[in-house]
Amino acid sequence: MAATQPRRRVIDQVQASLGRRYARERRFRLMGMAAVTLGLVFVGILFTTIVSKGYTAFVQTHIALEIAFAERTVDPSGNRDPAEIARADYLGLVKQAMRETFPWVSGRQDKRELYKLVSSGASYQLGDLVVDNPALIGTTQRVWLVADDDIDVYAKGRATPISILGTDGVGSATGTTGRIQVLSTANDFTAVLADVKRRLQQVARAKERDLLTQETLLDNAREQVTRLEADLAAARRGGDPATVAELETELASAHTEQASVANYIATIRSQIVDLEQRANTPGGEERLTPEMPSYLVAINGGLVKATAVSDAGISGEVLVPLASAAEAAPGTWEIKVLETPESSRRVKDNSIAWMMYLEDKGLVEKQFNTAFFSNGDSREPELAGIGGAAMGSLFTLLVTLLLSFPIGVAAAVYLEEFAPKNRWTDLIEVNINNLAAVPSIVFGLLGLAVFINFFGLPRSAPLVGGLVLTLMTLPTIIIASRAALKSVPPSIREAALGVGASKMQTIFHHVLPLAMPGMLTGTIIGMAQALGETAPLLMIGMVAFIVDIPGGVTDPATVLPVQIFLWADSPERAFVERTSAAIMVLLAFLIAMNAFAVVMRRRFERRW
Amino acid sequence: MPLSLLLLLVAALVVASYYLTRRRSVAVAGGAAGVKVLHSLPSYHGFYGALWAGLPALLVLGLWVSLESGFIVDLVVSGLPDDLRHLPDAELNLVVNDIRNLASGNIVSREVDPVMQAAADHYNSLRQISAAAMTVVVLVLASLGGWIAWRAVAPQMRARNRVEGILKGLLILSSTLAIFTTIGIVLSVLFEAIRFFQAVPFFEFLFGLEWRPQIAIRADQVGSSGAFGAVPLFAGTMLISFIAMLVAVPIGLMSAIYLSEYASKPVRTSAKPILEVLAGIPTVVYGFFAALTVAPFIRDVGASLGLDVSSESALAAGLVMGIMIIPFVSSLSDDVINAVPQSLRDAAYALGATRSETVRNVILPAALPGIVGGVLLAVSRAIGETMIVVMAAGLAANLTANPLESVTTVTVQIVTLLVGDQEFDSPKTLAAFALGLLLFAVTLVLNVIALHVVRKYREQYE
Repeated sequence: MAATQPRRRVIDQVQASLGRRYARERRFRLMGMAAVTLGLVFVGILFTTIVSKGYTAFVQTHIALEIAFAERTVDPSGNRDPAEIARADYLGLVKQAMRETFPWVSGRQDKRELYKLVSSGASYQLGDLVVDNPALIGTTQRVWLVADDDIDVYAKGRATPISILGTDGVGSATGTTGRIQVLSTANDFTAVLADVKRRLQQVARAKERDLLTQETLLDNAREQVTRLEADLAAARRGGDPATVAELETELASAHTEQASVANYIATIRSQIVDLEQRANTPGGEERLTPEMPSYLVAINGGLVKATAVSDAGISGEVLVPLASAAEAAPGTWEIKVLETPESSRRVKDNSIAWMMYLEDKGLVEKQFNTAFFSNGDSREPELAGIGGAAMGSLFTLLVTLLLSFPIGVAAAVYLEEFAPKNRWTDLIEVNINNLAAVPSIVFGLLGLAVFINFFGLPRSAPLVGGLVLTLMTLPTIIIASRAALKSVPPSIREAALGVGASKMQTIFHHVLPLAMPGMLTGTIIGMAQALGETAPLLMIGMVAFIVDIPGGVTDPATVLPVQIFLWADSPERAFVERTSAAIMVLLAFLIAMNAFAVVMRRRFERRW
Repeated sequence: MPLSLLLLLVAALVVASYYLTRRRSVAVAGGAAGVKVLHSLPSYHGFYGALWAGLPALLVLGLWVSLESGFIVDLVVSGLPDDLRHLPDAELNLVVNDIRNLASGNIVSREVDPVMQAAADHYNSLRQISAAAMTVVVLVLASLGGWIAWRAVAPQMRARNRVEGILKGLLILSSTLAIFTTIGIVLSVLFEAIRFFQAVPFFEFLFGLEWRPQIAIRADQVGSSGAFGAVPLFAGTMLISFIAMLVAVPIGLMSAIYLSEYASKPVRTSAKPILEVLAGIPTVVYGFFAALTVAPFIRDVGASLGLDVSSESALAAGLVMGIMIIPFVSSLSDDVINAVPQSLRDAAYALGATRSETVRNVILPAALPGIVGGVLLAVSRAIGETMIVVMAAGLAANLTANPLESVTTVTVQIVTLLVGDQEFDSPKTLAAFALGLLLFAVTLVLNVIALHVVRKYREQYE
């Protein structure tokens, strides 16, 4: 009895702790799952953001214009000399075509914005067209011109969300051009007015927040004044005239500050009261400001931008003339709301109206963006492409491959097959392992100091980039190649030696061919690393702005990742999608290379 | 003659030499039937000829090309009038540049006077002479080498042994390249760093609390002295690396444990490669992601909580760097966890331990040295990482531990100091090399310790 007592107690203890232990087990397991999920989620987020930002860059907005290639502007001397044709004033042709498409646009400012619908590269596009095909001279052709980057951003729906309000009443305009009013027989504009009043409310809220900070400032100023007054009283009792004078000036300035803050608060208060009142009383007329959404009324084939809105209608400015001032039946006219305020987007209301006009006529098209793949870099996003960077990457990788593969394989063969085990080879091994972990930017410093400053090789050249990347990828290739050599069974070597082959023959005729798939796999992975490397190339000047597509290993060039870095720094909105698209291209290459390596490993891997 | 054409000619000579020597060896043996008489196969005689034709010629070519420009410049400079020749080095360099530009027909920064024109003509003529001489010397050497090998063909000639000897030499040379690279790195950063420490005292650099690397154009300008205290840079680097480790170590370690101890085979085979994808993504992509997605997101979250977050916060850069390092930590931990012998696990299970108890009390303690080694390697990766911080971290050298503020790092400063136009004698440029030296030293120490620990650990269970 006494003997069973403690045994039961232990079991009870174990039983009692089981629940807790199992709970802990479940928690631990969940943590593990959470970690893996989190990692996968990161991969997912990374890819979705880049694809969602970048896929639009593969198409480019084009605008069709009727260009009249008049002989007297294109080829005044009439002898069809290509050099002379290339020099002609194509920008003038574009402007003329623009004026003919939009005859109602007048005023310098408006015209300048009109010409900016198409890219500044459009004139070169026309020049190339005519030089390639002089028969165009004297004819009028419909030409698809590249749109400006801001217009492109708008056409892809990234400049502003546009919502459309349908209509229930009969719409009537008081004119077809200039400043007119658009009235409705139903309450079609009530929603607009309510929307505007909501905005007023928001402005009032923002002002109230400002009021709070101002009041804190006022409190601080008051405290300052009280403190200074106390100090001043103490100083007066102390009788030091210098301190007193100093404190008096400080007090005066504190008073002015307090007054000015109080003044400002009063102004804000009255503004808030005014805003609240306007927002809360229904009806009336409200003026629209650029800080509010824009309302474009599309009626009778024209577009009117609202400048003031009331329950009955809007008064506004005609951006695209109306076909007539006739009454429009309910549903045939509508109100387009550009949600992003005009002041916070690059493309203005009139450009958007012109684009809507062109879209209606079918003169806007998104075409596959061939320029993105063939052009070099440019300051204009719509003309910039990755062609130059891709060629630079190709040349750089070519140099890297030609140097690192033979050297890497040779080093691996020596270390694995010939090297005696001594301190010297130990040193080499430690060196290789360490070089694999040295920060890449240090290789850039090496390249700058040795290849450029010491040997005087040209800056920005794929040759130098290739040399630096060779040094960087060598450890990867050597380590992979050694593993491949190690996996070849000794029986192969012994058989070859047994029939009288020399050591060198054994290795080059028998071991190396068997290890080759593994070595190639390692090399491809090393090349993929080199393709994605940026930092060392910044050091050797491959960050220069280079427009030309390089034609050799000593031409100045840049590479894909550096191009991505350069574009990511550019402020233009349109570069964001291009950067993402360039990343997609780069990742596609990397995935293809790695997939190829995996397939090779699967196909040729031999188990001995 | 352009270099590429010369190389092609040398290649042609090499091939010709191979065939000629090979044919002669067959002829010496008395036709294809008598090849047995030869010590080495005819192809080895051919290779021997090819090596003789190629190696000396290419060696001379390489030396000539790398030394040519320096030599010619020296000759041109010695031909300049005295007043130009005794200019300080920097100005002399400008003059030489102008002469070069003038010679190749580019735009020149100063007016072209007869002296310059004469120097440019001199430069051009020297280059022409040098190019012609190089062509002749290289081609003669190649033919001569081929001829020597051709002459040496004889039945007793041990061509195979000689070819193999040369090959072995080349193999050894290739394997020592790693050592030369390390020496090159050390020397290139060390020399410039020493020049930097002549201008700025070593301890001021190491312990100074202020980093303002601008050097004024005029001496009397405000802030003309510049300050080169590297402490804020180290602090920034450490802060960002610490945040990265905070993200990477728990996630990487836990996912390694889950994948190797819990996950079913299909989950493991599909989840592991996807996680490895993170390791293959170029760092510039992470930088873009950090700067355009993560940083604004953190700023907005901070703003909605009423926190003032810098748009280049250390947090954003650190978080993204952590994501980048996850697969690094997880694959290294995976390796060491798998190296723990199964017998230890079985013993723990036999005692009635649950899986998590086995992992926590048996596997982790046994794998700890390896994991620590892996984490050290990851830290060295984080310290040396460049693109993420260049794109997402700031330039202002703030000495702060607040992850919401903007900090700068050693690598960011190296990039900003060296990208763009530079002069090679200003402390500003040289400071980059001093920073590079420190970066190299710190990562070297971390790597050596980590590699040592990992290796020791592996040996323990092998």
